Amino acid sequence: MRVPFKKWFKDGDPWVWLNAGAVAISLLMVFSLLFLIASRGLVHFWAHDVLEAELIVEGTKNKVVMGEMVDTESVPAIQLKEAGYPVPDNVEFMDRHLLKMGNRDVHGSDFRWLLDSILVNRHYPENVITLERREWGNFYGYLVNVKENSQIVESGDAAWDAFSQRIDRSLEIHEAIHEIEKTEIGHINSQMERLRLKQRSYELNDALSPEILADLNAQRSVLDGEYADLQQRLIDLYTEINRDAATMRTADGHVIEVKLSQIVRAFQPNKMTIGEKMSFYVEKLIEFVTEDPREANTEGGIFPAIFGTVLMVIVMSIMVTPLGVIAAVYLREYAHQGAFTRILRIAVNNLAGVPSIVYGVFGLGFFIYFVGSGIDQAFFPEALPAPTFGTGGMLWASITLAILTLPVVIVATEEGLSRIPRSIREGSLALGATKAETLWRVVLPMASPAMMTGVILAIARAAGEVAPLMLVGVVKLAPSLPLDGNYPYLHLDQKFMHLGFHIYDVGFQSPNVEAARPLVYATSFLLVVVIALLNLSAVAIRNRLRERYKALEV
Amino acid sequence: MQNEKLDSTSTNEVATKPKGHAIDISSMRRPSTGLSLKDEKIAIEVEDLRLSYGEKEALHGINMHIPENRVTAFIGPSGCGKSTLLRCFNRMNDLVDGCSITGKILHEGLDIYQRNVEVAELRRRVGMVFQKPNPFPKSIYENVAYGLRIQGINNKRILDETVEWSLRSAAIWDEVKDRLNDSALGLSGGQQQRLVIARTVAVKPEVLLLDEPASALDPLSTLKIEELIHQLKDDYTIIIVTHNMQQAARVSDYTAFMYMGDLIEFGNTDTLFTNPKHKQTEDYITGRYG
Repeated sequence: MRVPFKKWFKDGDPWVWLNAGAVAISLLMVFSLLFLIASRGLVHFWAHDVLEAELIVEGTKNKVVMGEMVDTESVPAIQLKEAGYPVPDNVEFMDRHLLKMGNRDVHGSDFRWLLDSILVNRHYPENVITLERREWGNFYGYLVNVKENSQIVESGDAAWDAFSQRIDRSLEIHEAIHEIEKTEIGHINSQMERLRLKQRSYELNDALSPEILADLNAQRSVLDGEYADLQQRLIDLYTEINRDAATMRTADGHVIEVKLSQIVRAFQPNKMTIGEKMSFYVEKLIEFVTEDPREANTEGGIFPAIFGTVLMVIVMSIMVTPLGVIAAVYLREYAHQGAFTRILRIAVNNLAGVPSIVYGVFGLGFFIYFVGSGIDQAFFPEALPAPTFGTGGMLWASITLAILTLPVVIVATEEGLSRIPRSIREGSLALGATKAETLWRVVLPMASPAMMTGVILAIARAAGEVAPLMLVGVVKLAPSLPLDGNYPYLHLDQKFMHLGFHIYDVGFQSPNVEAARPLVYATSFLLVVVIALLNLSAVAIRNRLRERYKALEV
Repeated sequence: MQNEKLDSTSTNEVATKPKGHAIDISSMRRPSTGLSLKDEKIAIEVEDLRLSYGEKEALHGINMHIPENRVTAFIGPSGCGKSTLLRCFNRMNDLVDGCSITGKILHEGLDIYQRNVEVAELRRRVGMVFQKPNPFPKSIYENVAYGLRIQGINNKRILDETVEWSLRSAAIWDEVKDRLNDSALGLSGGQQQRLVIARTVAVKPEVLLLDEPASALDPLSTLKIEELIHQLKDDYTIIIVTHNMQQAARVSDYTAFMYMGDLIEFGNTDTLFTNPKHKQTEDYITGRYG
């Protein structure tokens, strides 16, 4: 049956369709965004097959190239022609491939665009080896032989097993070296620093007696002794790790010697089965999430950035929640509801609209230069001229973001307080409770889901901020985590890494753009995941509170 | 109708009294029950109480004596000020912005509107139950223990005893004794209202103010609440505001009829219902308006 247009319109159907369409478009945009960054980013960790092919070079012998094919695109033929490439007359578009050729130490650059038409004789040799190295990026090529103390122990195809065993050994030693350098020597350094500061503070107070000095020196010599031991162990480990080397040959015939200590991972991608590739993929993903970055952040993991982001958001929440709640309680429950409170409320709401970089500038000018240097002069004079709190750090970044998100918490809490039924308050007052007791025992618990909503919004906003952080304490590479085993364990004065800034840094400040691009996507994806997880945990807490205080819905 | 003869004699006396809102105690004699305001011990005295919200005066000089250990009902049409008057007895109107009060309310000889009165302590002694059940979103046990915890009593034994005693007083113990730790919000409306009464009783008040306690409940729950009021009046002075005249007649010993912020008539319930002195009272209870 045909419904007349006018009736259809009057029924309200078009509005339903309009609304549904708006929701559908929003969902589509969110999912395509997630899909894009996930697909671009996550492909990076797959063990790609390594292609070997011949490159037709006019006038001379064909050149052999080798690498992973990472991208393909069509370009207008005219553009290529103008760039000086030989182009047939009757084509408009030509394909070209981006080949990740690695071997930066041999070729100078590791990515190259190659025209589809001049790439011939393509094949995937089984015994190609991909090396992930601590320096110079990936290496693609063939294994010639394995050496121990410069003596060849194995050569040819049979060398692979010996090669991978020796790599495992060197990785173990590397782990031990890392442990000593980072943790144990780091621990001694931090103790040494504390001794130095102690001595300096005695000097500043003119209280450095010979006994104290002797005591300090005694402690210092103990530490020196420990350090010497560690140093000796390190020397031994370094000789161990430098024992093995391997001779490698590139596709075009260059032969180089690689120290096994420089190798992070070696694998033969063309030989791997799908199952092996999958477990390799998982391993790489875990490495990405749990390891420190290497090579100017373009390789390795981003664990310190994840850690910094999460810790900063938590510290921020701890600061913003009480402050916002107290302010909201005063505004809603105690302040006289007049013109002044109205103006105050408008001001608070407007604060939420101030660009975040302005908060960064405020944080730098007020917290770091004014409060921070004040704290340094009052409490850490022994460390000067090196600033302790007079420079950007976790604390100032968290406080700056706490101020940034304060309006959100205030508004949400006020909303929650205004929704508590009057009858409940009166019920408490009628039992002889004072206003403060009523607030503390009945009203605030019932408003807690609304407070959590405020915290959720605050977390969502804070976790995504980068601009203000660049002014108040985020760095490209932090030497240590803000939470570790050295007293006082939580180092709120330290600078830290942040996922948002990491994306900016890798994407815009990296010397190797092509290598960094997939990491930009992968890190973005991870940032979204981290924010989603932080939000979900806050939502879970809120739902539990709601369940407990569901009187509001009555 | 049994008192008609006796009451007719008393109305003659009224006619000789000057007009006004002062209560004529001698008119309230009711030999059948022997209840008369003159013989009662007075719990609360109201003297020329005027209350205004901003510019608008809502109570125009109320004078009345509320007897101790009796049920006093306030009836009257909506907006007549009966709830407002009730909320004066525990200073609940303090919470309303722009509310000002003159006159006196004496509770045991002390003016509750004096500056040095501790409002929280007053409210403990003059408990209040509201129109809609308003249990806290806590367990049944914690609802009843709330008032005690406010007073700083956290002794488990005292709390347990008081909770049981209060719930028994409010005739709800048998229904909830097995689920004291469940949320109070899971109870039915009638149970919630009795729980609220238990919660109020738990702090051992002297006066119970009931603000239309059964208006949101079904007939069966209403009956239970009324029975409860009967039981409680031995220990408490009860003041109940109600829309329902049958309810007032059933539960109260004394009834006050209010109209437009004035106390029109106050006296023995039977007398007031069977033989009202004022035309307005008669019109109201016979259903001509209200």
